[in-house]
Amino acid sequence: MSVAVLPHTVKPHPITGVYSGKLGIWLFLASEVMLFGALFSSYVLLRVGAPAEGPAAWPSHADTHLSWKIGGINTLVLIISSVTMVMAWAELKMNNFTKGRWYLAATLALALTFIVVKLAFEYIPKFQHGLLPSTNNFFALYFTMTGLHGLHVLGGVIVIAWFLLPGSGLWHKDPEYFTNRIECTGLYWHFVDLVWIFLFPVMYLL
Amino acid sequence: MQVKKSWILLAVIAAALVASAAPAWAQAVAPKTTVPIDGEYGRFFSLPTDVSKNGHRIDNLIHWTHAFMAVLFVGWGIFFVYCLMRFRQRPGHQAHYELVHAKPSKYLEVAVLIVEIVLLAGFSVPIWASVKNDLPPADKAFRVRVVAEQFAWNFHYPGPDGQFGRTDPKLVDTATNPLGLDREGDPHAKDDIFALELHIPVNQPVICDISSKDVIHSFFLPVMRVKQDALPGMRIPVWFEAVQTGTYEVACAQLCGNNHYSMRALMYIQPATDLEAWLREKGKPPEEFVE
Amino acid sequence: MTEAHHHHDDHHHHPELGWWRKYVFSTDHKVIGVQYTVTALLFLLFGFTLVMIMRWQLAYPGKPIPLIGGLLGKTLANDGTLLPEGYNALGAMHGTIMVFLGIVPLIVGGFGNYVMPLQIGAPDMAFPKLNMASYWVYFCGGMVMLLSFFAPGGAANSGWTSYAPLSVVATQGQTWWLFGMVLLITSSLLGSINFIVTIIQLRAKGLDFFKLPFFVWSQFVTAFLLLLAFPPLEAAGALQLMDRLAGTSFFMPEGLVVSGIVQPYTGGGSPLLWQHLFWFLAHPEVYVLILPAMGMVAEVIANNTRKPLWGYRLMVYSVIFLGFMSFIVWAHHMFITGMGTRISAFFATTTMIISIPSVIILTALVISLYRSSIRYNVPMLFALAFLPMFAIGGLTGLPLGLPAADIQLHDTYYVIGHFHYVVAPGTIFAAFAGIYHWYPKVTGRTMNPALGKIHFVLSFIFINVVFMPMFFQGMAGVSRRLFDQTFYQHGLDVQGWTQLSSWGAWMLGLSQVPFIMNFFMSLRAGRKVSDNPWEATTLEWAAPSPPPHGNFATVPVVYRGPYEYSVPGQKKDFFPQHLAKAEA
Repeated sequence: MSVAVLPHTVKPHPITGVYSGKLGIWLFLASEVMLFGALFSSYVLLRVGAPAEGPAAWPSHADTHLSWKIGGINTLVLIISSVTMVMAWAELKMNNFTKGRWYLAATLALALTFIVVKLAFEYIPKFQHGLLPSTNNFFALYFTMTGLHGLHVLGGVIVIAWFLLPGSGLWHKDPEYFTNRIECTGLYWHFVDLVWIFLFPVMYLL
Repeated sequence: MQVKKSWILLAVIAAALVASAAPAWAQAVAPKTTVPIDGEYGRFFSLPTDVSKNGHRIDNLIHWTHAFMAVLFVGWGIFFVYCLMRFRQRPGHQAHYELVHAKPSKYLEVAVLIVEIVLLAGFSVPIWASVKNDLPPADKAFRVRVVAEQFAWNFHYPGPDGQFGRTDPKLVDTATNPLGLDREGDPHAKDDIFALELHIPVNQPVICDISSKDVIHSFFLPVMRVKQDALPGMRIPVWFEAVQTGTYEVACAQLCGNNHYSMRALMYIQPATDLEAWLREKGKPPEEFVE
Repeated sequence: MTEAHHHHDDHHHHPELGWWRKYVFSTDHKVIGVQYTVTALLFLLFGFTLVMIMRWQLAYPGKPIPLIGGLLGKTLANDGTLLPEGYNALGAMHGTIMVFLGIVPLIVGGFGNYVMPLQIGAPDMAFPKLNMASYWVYFCGGMVMLLSFFAPGGAANSGWTSYAPLSVVATQGQTWWLFGMVLLITSSLLGSINFIVTIIQLRAKGLDFFKLPFFVWSQFVTAFLLLLAFPPLEAAGALQLMDRLAGTSFFMPEGLVVSGIVQPYTGGGSPLLWQHLFWFLAHPEVYVLILPAMGMVAEVIANNTRKPLWGYRLMVYSVIFLGFMSFIVWAHHMFITGMGTRISAFFATTTMIISIPSVIILTALVISLYRSSIRYNVPMLFALAFLPMFAIGGLTGLPLGLPAADIQLHDTYYVIGHFHYVVAPGTIFAAFAGIYHWYPKVTGRTMNPALGKIHFVLSFIFINVVFMPMFFQGMAGVSRRLFDQTFYQHGLDVQGWTQLSSWGAWMLGLSQVPFIMNFFMSLRAGRKVSDNPWEATTLEWAAPSPPPHGNFATVPVVYRGPYEYSVPGQKKDFFPQHLAKAEA
């Protein structure tokens, strides 16, 4: 890179105690909280304001045709993936590149599992049964919110895949820098899991 | 002083440019309405005629607020201009490093806060509460449903039975039944009156229930100091009382589509007897259906 | 702190960058700042052109537009006469372009990017590549907005506020608008993260938060507003896209009948949900438009009064407080939607409270003039004009914030006058002040002062001719967004003011000619000046003009506050932040 060396890209700032990337990712997550916060608020408003009867009424739990078992499996998948993500970072921190990479691969595999389960056992059968976003506001919110969450998972998949394969070259140049990036990816990944942990009860159980 | 001359020159140029625009500016536009409208509409920073019983309270608030704003602006402006002239850079003049202890600024801020509290708590909140909560009792008020649509105001009167009939979006027919009145299914609907004009009595409270068939509109009676958004899916009451007869305008204040600008209706404020005659006339079945 | 010293020999080893990497896909905050500035100025000009077209229809309804009427195309005009749908499209795009593509990119993307890192003594933004990405995402968003004019049915025509359900049933341009907004929001988010991290992490040694120039503070608070207020609009945009494309009913209640046809929406949604989500962004957005402007004005005033700013700390606290409060006033845009007494009292109270810090900042800036030594150069003229203009804009917000007074004034031209006074002679004048002030830093040359003064005087006169009549129209009860106000008696009676306002707008357009000439001619013909032509104290003037890649020849260290002017016992009347001792 030709840019003049910027302080605190790798080493933490002596006062704030973090490197710039970590601060950046925390700020990004703050904005994400606002994004999903707005959607959850919309959920509350629309559910409270739904008419008591008629086609626009809020569907009963049975009418949502959502299986808490499938949702539960996916919740478990994401929680385990969070653990593997932490392990990946921990191994890299202890200078075990190979082990760290394996954990990263496991995270990637779990993330893909989540997406496959979501599509194959939930979205596609729903569409086949004619349960579309336009059916009622429950499904509108369900598809919008889980869809947006799914896009976040997909984003995580792309980033993890990048660091697993082409991006891993950075380790050989600057292991600390690489480890930091995995840490930031991890923070993002935990956030994506956390959103799901809110989505799961709201959509499947309430 | 070269600079000063050029400034004067500039001001003259600017004035000339404005003056050159003046003939074109004065061009009059022909009125588009054939019905003469009563009332005076502000030409220089003034509110339109007020024909309502309670509108003066809003006017007073607006006037007092502007008086306060004017005092602030002028006082502030005098100090500003004084500083601009007194402290301009010139030989022998130096800025002072030490900051003044500007107690007056603190007093000013506190004063602004106090006046704002007075305007809000003393004027605005009571007026708002009266607008929202003091709905006249149903037996005293003249009630009209106002249904907005692109791009017309529909007025729905309950008819002699005093009860509004049921409406259903599925029955809407733009030509024959714009409200979607269920004239077959609901006995209350049989005598309901529909019009594109708002007729209301003078010296009697009026409640308008505002709703919309399609997008958001805003029911605005400039001479009555009444404004309420017409929201689809909601029916919101507003009330007012006219103290003067005449012909006035109903405006749409919220962008509602291409012809938003032409979404205008007329409001006739009439003595009770004239209003009853009009309603009776309107309530008759159309000629061609009379056997 | 070891790595800060990596810096020393780094700029000797830069491989020469190709033209594309140096000027187009650059990661240098200064190049990106200039890119933002130029793009935003072009968008401002474009947005202003749109309104000059609209002003013809307003002044002379139904008459063909001279000169350019034939160029407008079939969706906007018919034989050179503007159509209502064309008027609405121009109106919606004027608002969108001015706010999201013009002013915010100019004062945050442009000035923030260029000046802020220099003022904190940083070699660049914390994330240079992300910075480049923000610019290009903004650029794409702008292109989507421009291309939407060619969509079937023309550009978005539901107002810049895009109230549902109108926007949901509107023509295709609205979908383009939403996609454009998603890109612009993304760009702002990336930018705001970069700004905050840069200000927190990359301040020069010795530069505590309370030694930061006020401009940096204003950018800091603004970045937080962008970071936290924009995502809800992104969510709202996603919901509206779903309503438009997937047939959901987020904003659609049951039983909608548009033009006699029952709409195929299941219903159950709320049109007010859109307004809440929209204004939750758009009110903080108002402060995004004004805080950096206050920052720039403060810089220019401190420099040209040759005196420290009065109440610097108070101003900083005020700006932080403004930032917080701006999140809880949004529903004052919605008093007329049928709001009850309690909620309206709450939002009216917060609105009154938020006026106080604005009064404090304005007062502090005026008191700063007291016992100063005012240097009347072009940036100072614009900065001084900002003060009364912003005062008018701010004061006229008062009746609008009082729910009862708002009944009569809501959605009238009074509102238009109010916020244009804040943004046009307010923020845009501040931006002009900024351009004249920092031009020498960017180019090493000054802009021509004579042309600058002509630009100032004409702009100052005509901008008032444009906006003052709007208060008269609004008081008379003329609603905003009317294609032809003469349909109403109250519109007809104040039509003369409308025509005057239109002439003011066209004259204001002409008044920008000296500026545009000056801006380009001074690149070559401007007087060459030293690194610190205004004899300023803040760090950007310690760098060479224009600053090289990496900004500072030696890493600056800060010893004092930002506005040490006319310090007693000093030979010179300014004491730069980075000097350990006064120059002999």
